[in-house]
Amino acid sequence: MPLQLLKEKNRAAVQKVTLGATKEEGGTRTHTITIGGDAALPFHHFEGEIPHRPVVAMEVQDIEPDWPDALKKCFVDVMKEPGRWAEKCVKEYGADLIYLKLDGADPEGANRSVEDCVAAVKEVLQAVGVPLIVVGCGDAEKDKEVLEAVAEAAAGENLLLGNAEQDNYKSLTAACLVHKHNIIARSPLDINICKQLNILITEMNMPPNRIVIDPSIGSLGYGIEYAYSIMERTRLGALQGDKMLSMPVLCTVGYEAWRTKEAVAPVSDFPGWGDTEERGILWEAVTATALLQAGAHLLLMRHPKAVALVKENIEKLMVSNAY
Amino acid sequence: MALTGLEIYKQLPKKNCGECGTPTCLAFAMNLAAGKASLDACPYVSPEAREALESAAAPPIAKVILGTGDKAVEMGDETELFRHDKRFNHEPAIALRVSDALSKDEVLSRVQSINDLSFDRVGQHYTVQAIAVTHDAQEPEAFVQTVELVAANTDLNLVLMAEDPAVLTPVVPKVAARKPLLYAANVNNYEAMVSLAKEHGCPLAVKASGLEELAGLVEKITGLGYKQLVLDPGARSLSRAVADFTQIRRLAIKKRFRPFGYPIMALTTSTDPLAEVLEAVNYIAKYASLIVLNTIAKAHLLPLLSWRQNLYTDPQVPIRVEEKIYEVGEVNENSPVYITTNFSLTYYSVEGEVESSRIPSYIIPVDTNGLSVLTAYADGKFDAEKIASVIKKLGIENKVKHRTLVIPGLVAVLKGKLEDLTGWKVLVGPREASGIPSFARNNFA
Ligand code: SF4
Repeated sequence: MPLQLLKEKNRAAVQKVTLGATKEEGGTRTHTITIGGDAALPFHHFEGEIPHRPVVAMEVQDIEPDWPDALKKCFVDVMKEPGRWAEKCVKEYGADLIYLKLDGADPEGANRSVEDCVAAVKEVLQAVGVPLIVVGCGDAEKDKEVLEAVAEAAAGENLLLGNAEQDNYKSLTAACLVHKHNIIARSPLDINICKQLNILITEMNMPPNRIVIDPSIGSLGYGIEYAYSIMERTRLGALQGDKMLSMPVLCTVGYEAWRTKEAVAPVSDFPGWGDTEERGILWEAVTATALLQAGAHLLLMRHPKAVALVKENIEKLMVSNAY
Repeated sequence: MALTGLEIYKQLPKKNCGECGTPTCLAFAMNLAAGKASLDACPYVSPEAREALESAAAPPIAKVILGTGDKAVEMGDETELFRHDKRFNHEPAIALRVSDALSKDEVLSRVQSINDLSFDRVGQHYTVQAIAVTHDAQEPEAFVQTVELVAANTDLNLVLMAEDPAVLTPVVPKVAARKPLLYAANVNNYEAMVSLAKEHGCPLAVKASGLEELAGLVEKITGLGYKQLVLDPGARSLSRAVADFTQIRRLAIKKRFRPFGYPIMALTTSTDPLAEVLEAVNYIAKYASLIVLNTIAKAHLLPLLSWRQNLYTDPQVPIRVEEKIYEVGEVNENSPVYITTNFSLTYYSVEGEVESSRIPSYIIPVDTNGLSVLTAYADGKFDAEKIASVIKKLGIENKVKHRTLVIPGLVAVLKGKLEDLTGWKVLVGPREASGIPSFARNNFA
């Protein structure tokens, strides 16, 4: 029996989304980054073009976060200055982008002013040349103010701003439309809500190629399989021509992985689990790697060593396997 | 993808003679499709029809067993490409390498460490399945000695990796009773390997360079009458392996391409152990039934085995946690009490946030059949009566002095009734688990 390989003919591809803008394009980035465009399942180079490799954004916060020591020690000299922190991520740790989380805005926490938040964004924009992702603190009222101000202050930079959610997407969508930014559409591990939110946002005239899906992943050990299946179904939907599932997907890997017990519990508490540091790094890196196979385009990560491992894994997966 | 009654009927003699015990060929076909009859009952079925029906009725991917007894591992027997369609059946076996180039002491200490690899987390128990003895030494005797030493010191299954039949032949009889996997038949040695495997009833790995060669080689081997096979297409780069494994699985399931209807094995090539773990994460996702690894560090295997367990859970059944009183941190009689549902994702997000609130607390997940808060509420599985009876049954009143419960913000409407039923004060918590730390700070700090 002669061997006949089975190559799927996909009807459509994932949208391409370009982040950042250079001087010529009205921004100040040294280069832009494009994600998406996949015409096949993840890394199935043999049956469709995968034009852009998945990328890694490293997380920076506007105030010193309460992170586990394993993370803190990688940034100990810079954690109080978002600009220097971002610079270290890019120069020393090879971050493709910076993911700035404005946790300091939280009214229940540091409650920093809108001006302070905008200043943090500007500081990071000045410190690094890579494209920038900015998200709020999670308090709907405060985020509305903060993100509108950030969108305006960084007009032209073609940021990726988040998060828009099903019951709270209008003001952020409007701000992204007016100031020409991209938007993160976050849905709670539910493919129907994911699709519905994309419809709502595009109905406000946001082009689909300026939306990035955040499916609210669970980490390894804490629901990753739900995210894995929703992402596989999302990609299959995109390839079959469902425009409202065709946006690239981002995963909040660092946040989810580092709040697990497995990533941080000392050996003294769990002697059967082995060395804490490598366990934590792998908890993050395995979460990212598994989700790459389900179709992740943009990984938001924390630990430099996990970032390096995942980038190396991406390099290997991006080698063509055409027959 | 079993055949329908009509598809089977097309292959029958259509004599309607009734000798099979049913009056018509069609009725017999329907019984066959339902698994209620055996083809042997019809004396007139042609050899061609028999061949066609049997191969169509066989599972798309054969089940191959490594080992014997309660340590035996089933490999293959998969029917799906995507876990959201239906559960993947058999978690891939993990085999850890032990080289015959090691000294006796090194072998013993490595085997001991491997024997100790078992993990408990979130009520699950994870283990590794096999030791793969690799022939790297110059002298064939080293292999014999190492296999005997390993076999004498472990209960784990064995994979014997020496591609030279002359090296394997003296060893296999010594451990044949444990049904080790013989690695591997290739285009040059397959006749000797098949007769060795056949003689001892051991599963046999088939190694080729590329899919084309693999298909041809498997056909030659099955032509010799041996079908306890595990496939190694020889890909030694990650991207190629992902493509080859995908083709093997797809062709077996969607095209019933018989030469690829066997479990797949993957051999890692990364030298850095952390990179090796990530390499293996890809193989777990992409259809490997057996993965041969170097690293034996606990911190490396726990994440890998967790991923394996997660991927192979049943996507149809929401996983549940047990309905009981959970303690987060050093609780005491003043600790807050949170109520949630027993859908594990819901429970673990609550647990994670309660933990990060740094205020020791009790959590009671009410058995809602594994439904999340809103779904369970809509289904009538999470109401005031239910919550009241569960907290009573579990006796939380004996653990705390206060009389305050926290319920999820999504079911704030239950507050009044729950207070009436229990006499406890009910605090309405945040709508999302992520709101718990600030809620806890405001109410309990
Ligand atoms: S014995 Fe065979 S030919 Fe006769 S009725 Fe049954 S199926 Fe038909």
